[in-house]
Amino acid sequence: MALFDHNPWPLRLERRQKPSAAMRICSSPLAALAMLATGLLVFAALGKDPVAAFRVFFVEPVSSVYGLGELLLKATPLMLCALGLAVCYRANVWNIGAEGQLTLGAIAGGGVGLFCGAALGHWAQPAVLAAGVLGGMAWAAIPAFLRSRFRTSEIFVSLMLVYIAQLLLSYLVHGPWRDPAGQNFPQSQPLPDNVLLPPLLEGTRVNVGFIIALLLAALSWWFGTATAAGFRMRVGGLAPAAAAYAGISERRNIWLALMISGGAAGLAGICEVAGPIGMLQPVVSPGYGFAAIIVAFVGRLHPLGVVLASLLMSALYLGGESAQMELQLPASVSGLFQGALLFYLLAAELFIGFRLRRVRRAPAAPPASA
Amino acid sequence: MNLATWVTIAASAVGAATPLLFAALGELVTERAGVLNLGVEGMMLVGAMSGFAVGVTSGSLWLAYLAAAMAGILIALLFGVLTLSLQTNQVATGLALTLFGVGLSAFAGRSFVGLPIHPLPALHIPLLTGLPLIGPLLFHYDLLVYLSLILCALIAWVLKRTRVGLRLRAVGESPAMAHALGEPVTRIRYLAVLFGGAMSGIAGAYLSTSLTPMWTEGMSAGRGWIALALVVFGTWKPWRVLAGAYLFGTVTVLQLYAQGLGVHVPSEFLSMLPYAATIVVLVVICRDPKTILLNQPASLGRSFHPGY
Repeated sequence: MALFDHNPWPLRLERRQKPSAAMRICSSPLAALAMLATGLLVFAALGKDPVAAFRVFFVEPVSSVYGLGELLLKATPLMLCALGLAVCYRANVWNIGAEGQLTLGAIAGGGVGLFCGAALGHWAQPAVLAAGVLGGMAWAAIPAFLRSRFRTSEIFVSLMLVYIAQLLLSYLVHGPWRDPAGQNFPQSQPLPDNVLLPPLLEGTRVNVGFIIALLLAALSWWFGTATAAGFRMRVGGLAPAAAAYAGISERRNIWLALMISGGAAGLAGICEVAGPIGMLQPVVSPGYGFAAIIVAFVGRLHPLGVVLASLLMSALYLGGESAQMELQLPASVSGLFQGALLFYLLAAELFIGFRLRRVRRAPAAPPASA
Repeated sequence: MNLATWVTIAASAVGAATPLLFAALGELVTERAGVLNLGVEGMMLVGAMSGFAVGVTSGSLWLAYLAAAMAGILIALLFGVLTLSLQTNQVATGLALTLFGVGLSAFAGRSFVGLPIHPLPALHIPLLTGLPLIGPLLFHYDLLVYLSLILCALIAWVLKRTRVGLRLRAVGESPAMAHALGEPVTRIRYLAVLFGGAMSGIAGAYLSTSLTPMWTEGMSAGRGWIALALVVFGTWKPWRVLAGAYLFGTVTVLQLYAQGLGVHVPSEFLSMLPYAATIVVLVVICRDPKTILLNQPASLGRSFHPGY
């Protein structure tokens, strides 16, 4: 006992004999509830009626067919990015630049759509989507190459590439790709009609990207549980030393993780550009690539969890917009909630492996020797 | 291009380097204690916003810096509780801190967007400031610039030559060993994390009240991440971090003067320079695995729980 750090609380964290299955399922819903409670407190502190604010934030946006469509529409890029990131994080590859890979997907897919879209006829949509995937992969290849070749941290490289990608897009729509008939607005020409992804359902804006995202979720489930490559990546993430001993190639895991997540993020980008936006403009994403980091964690890096978490996160985005219009709250309130959600989740995850125990103090618990 | 322009460029490079230096020095101390806090960007933004808000309302920039440091400490405390007491993953928690800081500062600072503030005055040292060339190059900055240099020297000395520094490094290299020797590992790590928070807060306030005297959402624009990269670039040594910060200050400023220097490249490509340069220097540093292996605190990023 004398060697322990002095603990001023009457409680002590104790490692569980084995991880709690109940907490594994409950940690995310618990975190969501804690975030909700925080949200109500914030609303009350701002002098809004919490119940009315709750209605405006969470209920009204999804109480119409159009609103539900918007929920799925905004969940699509979040789900796509987060599915890829979940694969990465399970392999212990910290790609935090999904936003940049999304932007490059938008540029690559949008470019193909703008310049070859009309000539491609029926093949325009698949070609544009493929270009988006390749664009995202190309951008993710940079951190993959630098990490596997020079051991450069993919965290920094992927993040720096976000800024570079955004500046590149800004250059294109202010310069060479600007619509000459666009009254000097920094935007490209509208994409040709045969490139655009039509709505799945009359009266909504949700497009085929959502179906692709769901298919990818199923695919990534299968990849993670039933394939050797998925298994190798999990081992590489959980026990790098054991993986190296077993002859699992770290380099291959890094490349695979970054190609999957880069491609998925690129697809998210082109689905936005060929979907609801319909052209290239300086900003193609309100931070979906960053919010997807939270989605991946809240989904506990599991495909099904990611699907559910992306719906929750999408509801936060919609709620933020609705609160901005009806309660004159700033849209940034949803950013605040997103961050808080991740904090609560990380804290809740603790109780999967640990539990709180009351400590009965020995009469003279020695303070830490200084 | 005459000499006077070059002096102006050099002087503004020092200004641009100062927030990077503050944040990077704070993170250096945190990392030497074995804790990787990726939340620098978020702590800087919270510091920038609270410093600006207090500066505008109170009219005192010293209160502004104090508030920014306090805000940085508070939000770093959140990180400390999660990673040190609750043993959460440091990478994930740091990311959460950045995302949270971006949201919190944007939300709490919304009524301060577009307000003016008077930056710290540059020092005027009789005789010295008036010297040609040397005056504007060395003796015409605000106090914070000199403070950052003093802090750099102080941190270098404390880490290398004092008992406090030795204990901090022991905790970062081998927490289990330090613990067995009776060091309060968790407490030392807490203090290091809070110090990093205070420094990031000050860095943010320097940004919003002196360098570009205004507050806008997300105004740090990746500087927190560049500061993190600088710690690696400086191989966890204060003087090298200082050199890195001034190098990056120069890159940042050159892009503003590039048109005048006769470089005709679209402004977006020039704005990419600091980010691209970050990638390049990281690759250069990491190419030789020994550089990292020999200098990185051995337990960087690993949780330590004294209970077992």
